[in-house]
Amino acid sequence: MKIRNYWNLRDYGANIWENAGRPVRVAIVLVSIVLVGLLPFTGGSFLATPIASFDAVLVYPVGMFVLMSLGLNIVVGKSGMLDLGYVAFFAIGAYTMAILGTTTKLNTWEIMPIGIAFAMIAGVLLGIPTLRLRGDYLAIVTLGFGEIVRLVVLNSTWSKGPNGIANIPMPPHIGPLKFELENQRVFFWVVMAMILLTIWMIRRLSVRRPGRAWEAIRQDEDAAELMGVPTLKYKIWSFTLGAAVGGAAGVLYASKNLYIAPEMFTLNVSILILACVVFGGIGNIWGVVIGATVLGYLPDRIRFISDARLLVFGLVLVIVMNFRPDGLLPRKKREKAIVKREANA
Amino acid sequence: MRLEIKDLHVHYGKIEAIKGVSVVVNEGEIVTLIGANGAGKTTMLKTISGLRPVTSGQIIFDGKDISKVPAHERVDLGISQAPEGRGIFPGMTVLENLEMGKFHRKNRKAEMQEDLEKVYHLFPRLKERVSQAGGTLSGGEQQMLAIGRALMTRPKVLLLDEPSMGLAPQMIANIFRIITEINKTGVTILLVEQNAQQALQRAHRAYILETGNIVKEAKASDLLNDPAVREAYLGTGAH
Ligand SMILES: Nc1ncnc2c1ncn2[C@@H]1O[C@H](COP(=O)(O)OP(=O)(O)OP(=O)(O)O)[C@@H](O)[C@H]1O
Ligand SMILES: [Mg+2]
Repeated sequence: MKIRNYWNLRDYGANIWENAGRPVRVAIVLVSIVLVGLLPFTGGSFLATPIASFDAVLVYPVGMFVLMSLGLNIVVGKSGMLDLGYVAFFAIGAYTMAILGTTTKLNTWEIMPIGIAFAMIAGVLLGIPTLRLRGDYLAIVTLGFGEIVRLVVLNSTWSKGPNGIANIPMPPHIGPLKFELENQRVFFWVVMAMILLTIWMIRRLSVRRPGRAWEAIRQDEDAAELMGVPTLKYKIWSFTLGAAVGGAAGVLYASKNLYIAPEMFTLNVSILILACVVFGGIGNIWGVVIGATVLGYLPDRIRFISDARLLVFGLVLVIVMNFRPDGLLPRKKREKAIVKREANA
Repeated sequence: MRLEIKDLHVHYGKIEAIKGVSVVVNEGEIVTLIGANGAGKTTMLKTISGLRPVTSGQIIFDGKDISKVPAHERVDLGISQAPEGRGIFPGMTVLENLEMGKFHRKNRKAEMQEDLEKVYHLFPRLKERVSQAGGTLSGGEQQMLAIGRALMTRPKVLLLDEPSMGLAPQMIANIFRIITEINKTGVTILLVEQNAQQALQRAHRAYILETGNIVKEAKASDLLNDPAVREAYLGTGAH
């Protein structure tokens, strides 16, 4: 099929990248970062979202979706475990921020590591008993976990039950950069920084032993074990790293939204984030980024058609997945070879 | 490095697949385990390599009971299994598959090239295909890769699960020749086979497994001439 070749953006991009020398690569990265960083100033253009303000949409859903999809991709894409309860880690981060932010003097940046730590602890506690399970069983147990976390905060007094927690403090300013609700560009830059950090972490791990181990586990778990890969340990690691990213996203979300309630952490969120991963291309960082951007942005962009909005959204999903069943930017079948050449360069 | 299995019982849920099997593999031997479909051969090997838990019984390796040791640590002790069928990493190249065999070796950097050469020497075909994806190899090539990859872990005991499955006749003879060659380099081999003719010719001793029980144990050459065995497993009893 010829058509597919024209569509192969992934190889096209990978080619440019691989043939470029170090200075060119640095230039590409810096220019891209600056361009994306300038996005909040393009709110007056055709990109504008009709109802929500553009800079707010860039932070949530777009930025947050990208961040969470990257986190979920470590679990689903890298080591091949189907996690349907990813929202739990997002909720744990958000509630850590909400409770500590309203009851102590700690600020967002001080709470961030605590929120991440709680999410990771939850990841380990859930991982140790459940990651021995495979495939469908794991999906169901994680789905249950997501619901349990939601039901616990819904029915507890410390979390203020269904009323949720209000008056969560905003992050303190970073140097001259002040966080504002009317103009959320600083929030956007923080999400961007977290996304870059996550991408950097995933790329480093991918070319090292954890990446190899996850790849082996995804392709054949028994064979991986026979090669001496401590599969349970690496699965827990992947699960916990994914949890950390979800927790970090949760902390920032609570500190931006200033109010959180259990209804924000339903199964829908897990499914939507999983849809971003699948839509973009499981296992491919850039695919996931694009998938999450499109699925985060699209519903707000077409908000003017109000009721038909979700219908169009669903149609786009169905049509795209029909033509590109592996996602917009699928992982390379022989992904490892590229990664390795990069590591040697 | 003697491997001794004592009164082994293994279950899948409530179904007992291995019903009290005892097997001894002495250092330097090729021992073959022969049995029909569903006899429990694969289960035996998976239990020895640690992929299946033991219900009761002992697996004694080098004087220690390893039946509670997790599979990935048994590799360090020197037990390596080439899994049944297509047990390779389909999305990795031949080279990457082989490199995975060194995942947990402490001296992996130093050993790598030397062991790759050894594997390529045994299987020149693999060297021609180093950068081909494992999943696109032919069945026979995948079998070679699975054995080569197991050798990369520097096993003391190599567990082979039906290495001749799905191979053309001349390829079968070739694989068995290579198994003998591996054994001559000092690797003890436990070989599971349905191709009893070839297995019995190559092995020193043999066990016959029927629905989870050992029904016969003897020198391999004796079994080759045993009329009952010929009838059941060699298909030549009537002659
Ligand atoms: N995962 C499983 N769950 C339930 N029963 C199983 C499982 N694996 C194997 N069994 C059963 O255990 C018995 C032994 O199976 P095993 O795979 O060890 O046979 P085998 O001797 O290797 O056969 P073959 O020559 O066909 O490979 C069979 O009755 C099989 O149905
Ligand atoms: Mg079998």
